[in-house]
Amino acid sequence: MKSFIEDMKKNPGLYIMIIPVLAFFLIFAYLPMFGLVMAFQNYTPRGGFLHSEFVGFKQFADFFGSIYFGRLLRNTLMISVLNLIFGFPAPIIFALLLNEVNNKWFKKSIQTISYLPYFISLVIVCGLVADFTASDGAITDLIVKLGGERINYLGQPEYFRTIYILSDMWQGIGFGSIIYLAALAGIDQELYEAASLDGAGRWKQTLHVTLPGIVPTIITLLILRMGTMFAVGYEKIILLYSTNTYETADVISSYVYRKGLQEFNYSYSAAVGLFNSVINTILLIVSNKLSAKFAGTSLF
Amino acid sequence: MKIKKSPGRIAFLIFLYLFLILLGVIFLAPVWHVIMASFSQSDILTSHSGLVFWPLGNPTLGGYKIVLSSPNILTGYANTAFYVIVGTLISTVLTIMGAYAFSRKRFAKRNFFMLFLSFTMLFNGGMVPTYMVVKNLGLYDSRWAVIIPSAISMFNMIILRTAFADVPEALEESARIEGAGEWTIMTRIIVPLSKATIAVIVLYYAVGLWNSWFPAMIYLKDRTKYPLQLILREILLLNDTAVMTSSADAVKNVQTERKLVKYTTIIVSTVPIMCFYPFIQKYFTKGVMIGAVKG
Repeated sequence: MKSFIEDMKKNPGLYIMIIPVLAFFLIFAYLPMFGLVMAFQNYTPRGGFLHSEFVGFKQFADFFGSIYFGRLLRNTLMISVLNLIFGFPAPIIFALLLNEVNNKWFKKSIQTISYLPYFISLVIVCGLVADFTASDGAITDLIVKLGGERINYLGQPEYFRTIYILSDMWQGIGFGSIIYLAALAGIDQELYEAASLDGAGRWKQTLHVTLPGIVPTIITLLILRMGTMFAVGYEKIILLYSTNTYETADVISSYVYRKGLQEFNYSYSAAVGLFNSVINTILLIVSNKLSAKFAGTSLF
Repeated sequence: MKIKKSPGRIAFLIFLYLFLILLGVIFLAPVWHVIMASFSQSDILTSHSGLVFWPLGNPTLGGYKIVLSSPNILTGYANTAFYVIVGTLISTVLTIMGAYAFSRKRFAKRNFFMLFLSFTMLFNGGMVPTYMVVKNLGLYDSRWAVIIPSAISMFNMIILRTAFADVPEALEESARIEGAGEWTIMTRIIVPLSKATIAVIVLYYAVGLWNSWFPAMIYLKDRTKYPLQLILREILLLNDTAVMTSSADAVKNVQTERKLVKYTTIIVSTVPIMCFYPFIQKYFTKGVMIGAVKG
């Protein structure tokens, strides 16, 4: 405490400056953490945090015992895993392909075009997805020409994940490739010349010079992504799902939203949210430790 | 080094260029489709299925007339302008103040505070407790609920703190000797020397607020405060084109032109971002690299 007062005397201006910053984090980050007490209550707006009835772990028990628990866990993990299998390598492959292009103008044009979808707002992207996969949509039309059915694909539970992942890729490949392109640009050109002198062809050079050059970046991003396996964002899900598709589309975070803010099951929803937060935090810490160990970089 | 290309290499290059062109088409086609459809004749468009390569029928501005005279779109635009301008200003100023203080080496307790704040990136109260806090503060149905609860991004503050810490200390020292206070040092020395990084976080905040719809959906009741993205959600995803207008006659009219109205709305609400596209792209790309170096 004494050292605080000394520091304050030395830097009064800085302490005044951080007052609004600290206030922001106390009110909008720490206060909600204390608000999590409601997960152990039967919260009513009348009783508030202080006078609502305490029920211990009842809300958690209700969630773990409900039929939704398995479904939500499966849906959340499925979307994460599919995104990892398809969405993660896509920007790497795209960057590697672009790297093979010698024509600067062509490379730059494709790059600029590929960033474009990233800057279209999520609401519009989801609007486009809904429009293109509707029964008279452009993608549905293509599917029909290839011999498929004319139906509203977004309304079918079996297609929800495919649509979710593909639209994610469409929006993110270009922008996601930036970091790999930078890593590729940082590879020492002399390595290529040396490999070439040793008789390595283009393919061998890619295998032994290019890939090792970006492996550290890949590993770091991969490990950090592992930390977010249970953190599928609710925004895109809420924009795209419907009652018809809950069975494959509903993830933990969207369920928290629906239970808490649409059905006003405050305590139950807070408990589900807390369960998700705890898993996310553990995964984040573990992945960060792994990243520090194997890739030499970490977020904190 | 000129080496004669082997046939295998040539085949690979042909495949490579064709594949990349195909990808480019996939990235662009939806955008092209929307632009062309927005100039189409409504009745032909309604019965059309598949991609639109060229305006159907006689090119018209009919859709734009409906959209640009819709009071909801216009107030949505005005609200979004307010949220983006005021929100970015508040966020940037707060972030600069925090980043400045926490980047000063003479600030003995800075690491304690940074740890305290960084913990919020690791764990948070979640949606419902945050909602309750905002509500109990009396911010429900207030415009500030869209801006304030997400005003500071810890990530942005860390990026900026790193940039501020890179400014040579000698510059600050000489200003202090001449009697400059904290505010002067920050605004006259540190900030001007970190313009590029500040531009990155300004754009992060501005684009984030431009795209934001969720806080508005849960905190706002009064439709006249809705940002553009929330109006867009009703038109594009809830298929509610009635929001375009208020009179019953016009509602019927808008329903028959629904498809056209959708496409036109997309264009009208994307044009501002596209105007700044080269600028935004440049700084976002820069942001990725700053984030990566920090990370």
